[in-house]
Amino acid sequence: MRSLWDLLNDRRAVVGILIVAVLCIVGLAAPFIAPASPIAQNDVLRTRLLPPFATDPGGMFHLLGTDRFGRDLLSRIVYGARISLAVGLLAVAVSVTLGTAIGGIAAYVGGAVERALMALTDAALALPRLVLLLALVSIWESSFLLVVLVLGLTGWMGIARLVRAEVLGLKERAFISAARAAGVGHWRLFLRHLLPNSLTPLFVAAALGVGNAIMLEAGLSFLGLGIPPPAPSWGNMIAGGREALVNAPWLATIPGVMVVLAVVGCNLLADGARDVFDPATHHPHMR
Amino acid sequence: MFRRIARRLTAGVGIVLFVVTVTFILINLAPGDPARLWVAPGAGEAELEMARRSLGLDRSLVIRYLSWLGGFTTGNWGVSLTQQRPVASIIAAALPHTLLLSAASLLVTYVGGILIGTYQAIRSRTAVDTGLTVSTLVVYGMPAYWLAIMLVLVFAYVSARHGWPMWLRFPALGVASLDADFLSPAERFVDRLRHLVLPLLTLGFIGVAGTARFVRGAVLDTRFKPFVQNARAKGIPPVAVELRHVLRNALLPVITLLGLSLPALFSGTVFVEVIFAWPGMGRVMVDAVGGRDYPIVMATTAIFASLVVIGNLLADIMYGIADPRISETRSA
Repeated sequence: MRSLWDLLNDRRAVVGILIVAVLCIVGLAAPFIAPASPIAQNDVLRTRLLPPFATDPGGMFHLLGTDRFGRDLLSRIVYGARISLAVGLLAVAVSVTLGTAIGGIAAYVGGAVERALMALTDAALALPRLVLLLALVSIWESSFLLVVLVLGLTGWMGIARLVRAEVLGLKERAFISAARAAGVGHWRLFLRHLLPNSLTPLFVAAALGVGNAIMLEAGLSFLGLGIPPPAPSWGNMIAGGREALVNAPWLATIPGVMVVLAVVGCNLLADGARDVFDPATHHPHMR
Repeated sequence: MFRRIARRLTAGVGIVLFVVTVTFILINLAPGDPARLWVAPGAGEAELEMARRSLGLDRSLVIRYLSWLGGFTTGNWGVSLTQQRPVASIIAAALPHTLLLSAASLLVTYVGGILIGTYQAIRSRTAVDTGLTVSTLVVYGMPAYWLAIMLVLVFAYVSARHGWPMWLRFPALGVASLDADFLSPAERFVDRLRHLVLPLLTLGFIGVAGTARFVRGAVLDTRFKPFVQNARAKGIPPVAVELRHVLRNALLPVITLLGLSLPALFSGTVFVEVIFAWPGMGRVMVDAVGGRDYPIVMATTAIFASLVVIGNLLADIMYGIADPRISETRSA
């Protein structure tokens, strides 16, 4: 198997890594980068809906302008990166854990357990994810934790199928039989031998999942069912900007561009990783 | 073949039942008392109790579930809590709008996606291919609700403000103009089409991008397979090779993709319907979710799940027709 460092030879993966890394740094260093607090308001009538590159009466420069409450858009975008990435990464952590457990157990145990778990997976896959999200989020009071859990609990199915396929393929290989013959226990066999050998497809699926979760979080927040205001989420910023679409089009445009950037970054990373790690897609004409 | 369809159909009914049951349990696990929405502010426990009884909330969960299920399967879908109308008539009014939008966008998605993806694969590694690869990647990363807002901004607001020609100006809301009833049949048809443009563009753009990305990969994979090189070596004209040998095989997985993409399509439809005030199922569901209108939430969930199951079943049947190997090996 090739190492993660080989990713650096793939142009797409490098661009993806750069985008995701920059967004992560922006999110982590938000307090140092943002010129103002994301929820700070000044004299609302004089500072609201300022266009990009405007300076407000107090002498403060707003690179991306201000929203309808006079809050600095750049600061909200920067803090929004923190929320989007946190939701995306945590939600995928939940789905990867759940999917690995379900897919792994199904393949490892086999028989009726496998059939039951895979039937469950197929049934869950048949449900439009947004419909389930809407139902869940509307029932309980929306919060950061709920959004993470709900996205995580509705995103594990693809991972479960993938892990099952991987483990099924590996189970019959000689090194697994050898480990079993050497008396390696079930847990150790699964965690130390089967799982590490399925990591690459899992990585690809997780990268795609992060992009997807970021998009869905913004979507839920856009519908007013995600991260509750005043916390700056790119999704609720788009929703807020929609109300001033004619007079202040930048308010809806810029956060959307950020969502696209984050999703494209994750997808590039996943595409690059798939090509680097999966020998089946290595065409002579593609390298 | 028929046994396979029958088996898939049974599984499909099971899936819908599962989805409905899960939704029912989740709704009833929710904190908060729906009866509270039905009493005046400051009402006492006696009034609440009365509301609960008249809403049927005083019965046990199992009884409520079974009576809902019994009613649902016999066509009695209950009465909406917020609109005081039968759920079935609300759904009957909304479903055609959603089906029209979904079917139109599926058509655009697959025709456009297959054309662009195939073109890219044939011209792979040229400037055009690279340009299209980058654009499809970016468009595929766009959230439907944001693309919808951007299209409204450009083709409804900016175009009106700057006096662009009529064919670049589109209505941003609804399925028909307010004065549609006073138009001639031909004008009414054009009016309907103009209202369809922006919602369809939103779903179509994203769908075409996703499908093109997939088709490009599938065709590229197939073009260098030994049987294709063999066909070329035999002297079959290049166009015939591309159409009969490459495309026919490369597009098989696209049929499966069709079935798998339905949940995402319906999710996109929900956002698009909300933004464009399109009176379809997604909007009905979002409104019902906001108003805790449980009979509607249950019915819309069941319908969406059924549509997905039916779509997958159709994709499966189409796959069996397109690739006879499948049905033979599986039924053997």
